[in-house]
Amino acid sequence: MTATITSPAFRENAHQALQDKQLQAVLGTMRTGFSVKRAEAAAALPEFEALRDSARDIKNHTLAHLDLYLEQYEAKVTASGGHVHYARDAAEARRIITDLCRELGAKTVTKGKSMISEEIGLNDHLEREGFTPVETDLGEYIIQLRHETPSHIIAPAFHLSAAQVEQDFRRVHTQLPPERDLSEPVSLLNEARQALRQHFLAADVGITGANFLIAETGTSVIVTNEGNGDLTQTLPKAHIVLASLEKLVPTLDDCAQMLRVLARSATGQDSSVYTTFSTGPRRADDPDGPGAYHVVLLDNGRTGMLGTSFQEMLRCIRCGACMNHCPVYQAVGGHAYGWTYPGPMGSVLTPALIGVAKGGHLPNASTFCGRCESVCPVRIPLPKLMRHWREKEFERHLTPATTRSGLALWGFFARRPWLYRQATRLGAATLALAARGKGKFASLPFASGWTQGRDFPAPEGRTFQAMWAAEAGKRRLAGAQPGAKGQTR
Amino acid sequence: MTARDEILANIRRSLGVTGQEEPRRQAVADRLARPERGVVPARGQKSGAEAIATFRKYAEAVQTTVAIVNGPAQVPAEAARWLSVNNLPARLRMGADARLSAMPWGATTLDVSQGPSAGADLNGVSHAFAGVTETGSLILLSGPDNPTTINFLPDNHIVVLDSADLVPALEDVWTRLRAEAGSDPLPRTVNMVTGPSRSGDIDRTIFLGAHGPRAVHVIVIDQHATP
Repeated sequence: MTATITSPAFRENAHQALQDKQLQAVLGTMRTGFSVKRAEAAAALPEFEALRDSARDIKNHTLAHLDLYLEQYEAKVTASGGHVHYARDAAEARRIITDLCRELGAKTVTKGKSMISEEIGLNDHLEREGFTPVETDLGEYIIQLRHETPSHIIAPAFHLSAAQVEQDFRRVHTQLPPERDLSEPVSLLNEARQALRQHFLAADVGITGANFLIAETGTSVIVTNEGNGDLTQTLPKAHIVLASLEKLVPTLDDCAQMLRVLARSATGQDSSVYTTFSTGPRRADDPDGPGAYHVVLLDNGRTGMLGTSFQEMLRCIRCGACMNHCPVYQAVGGHAYGWTYPGPMGSVLTPALIGVAKGGHLPNASTFCGRCESVCPVRIPLPKLMRHWREKEFERHLTPATTRSGLALWGFFARRPWLYRQATRLGAATLALAARGKGKFASLPFASGWTQGRDFPAPEGRTFQAMWAAEAGKRRLAGAQPGAKGQTR
Repeated sequence: MTARDEILANIRRSLGVTGQEEPRRQAVADRLARPERGVVPARGQKSGAEAIATFRKYAEAVQTTVAIVNGPAQVPAEAARWLSVNNLPARLRMGADARLSAMPWGATTLDVSQGPSAGADLNGVSHAFAGVTETGSLILLSGPDNPTTINFLPDNHIVVLDSADLVPALEDVWTRLRAEAGSDPLPRTVNMVTGPSRSGDIDRTIFLGAHGPRAVHVIVIDQHATP
């Protein structure tokens, strides 16, 4: 995987994605996949909306007391025989992990799925330092073989077809007979199971992320369907948990609340298959489990979001519902966003973590339809936060010149209502005349970007404001309530 | 300044606090001392036969198979039957759980061995600490009685669940663990298992048996079951 940032080239990335027939075929399945399953799961649980409120409140409470819960969490991890390491940024986290791997005499490092690991570019670093990282989540394993990054936070290989995976397995699993039959997708799953089993048993260190950290008991929680995270953390000599600080929740009971909204929002399951609560290393009488337990807590810009309007983003539990329901994500997929986190949550988080200069363009990748906020399990006002980033981008003069001059032109007319009405009346009448009664344009000067893919509807000759004024006149004549214009909010 | 101190200082600066404010410290202490139960779905709040039926419904919805026997003595025969109908070898790996050891495995043709799994066992059997009615989930605790490796390495996992250990929700598991173990409630690993392993990473289609067990069979002991 690479940690190269291509977010500033979102337009070009998106354009490329739209031309990619294979990707478009895959993205076409989104409307019948995750979002339908989420809707069914939410509808089947009468308490679901109340649980979303509860999840939001738990995260708000934790963030408001984050310093104190961190101290409590650390004390509990230490008491259970584990170690907590704090990392200010990606480089510090990478160094802590490779130092630990070296101390532990590691060679092979198995990895459970972790977006924080992607965020800090851990695999490249492990390789550079002489370790062999092996991703064990099936999707992550596939994209590691392809030297790609995840295109979705819970389904990293979402963008690939079974045929592509078959090609990769034939290329990499050269110890297996070339004539083997891999035409059924399940045979690919079985082959990966066999291949990864060897790695699980051979690994010296297992690195996982954490869906939650529990202050009450110093526990890390992972949620998976495959069981790869459990094999990763149970079999090697040491388990390293890599998590960002905002994963914290106060108590085991709080975690139970969060779990109810996580799986339903992510995949539409009532519960993921494996929810695992890990507290410290192997105990005196344990016949299995890791001998050492380390937690690396990453900041990487998050403490700077506290106390700002972006604090709300730190409630995010990485379910992926916002991208599953986003018309922009559905059109261009995850890679177009150009960094670790795609979709609406990525558009808000990325500028905070890598800066407005590099990530500030992403909040423009939104139609503001509001579906992301309507499905967010912790009720993050994603459209509002994207709007805040747009304002910041504009303030810092990072908005493209065409957009700025367009807005300036609109601003000039908007401040002169009389001129605005004249100009729009003239424009609408001209376009209506030019359409010659066909009601649409197949091509228009300066608007080829639009008309390449669809017709531009022609105005019918009168502006909305003119029609509204005429309607208002009629209502007054009909003796309607005075003050009807107050209806415009 | 260490990374730890700098991060804590940054949090406090951003939140506009010192960390010494008594009301904040009290709020945290209270929350930890008396965990809030929050919203617990009604669908798991069942008892007796209804709880078993509800557990079964949600377990079967995620491809766990469920058999009900009326006493511990019937467990080995049911395990042997299930392995046989699924054409699996008559071999089982289990931990040191006294409840499992006390069962009449000798009355079956099963070849039973004890200890954690190193990856060569095709079938494992564990005794659950609890079952969660709300989701048809099994709660398994690490330790010599039921080693964690048995939950994940064998292809087929048989789990024995005493119906008396069925609880409505995960919150009730925590209550029981806190009551039984005092101030330090958790064993190294608490596994909540809801169905056999699966993955949707190939072709966006769910297939069973990714890395963990391909099949999970629960044997519920219910004294009131008709033999």
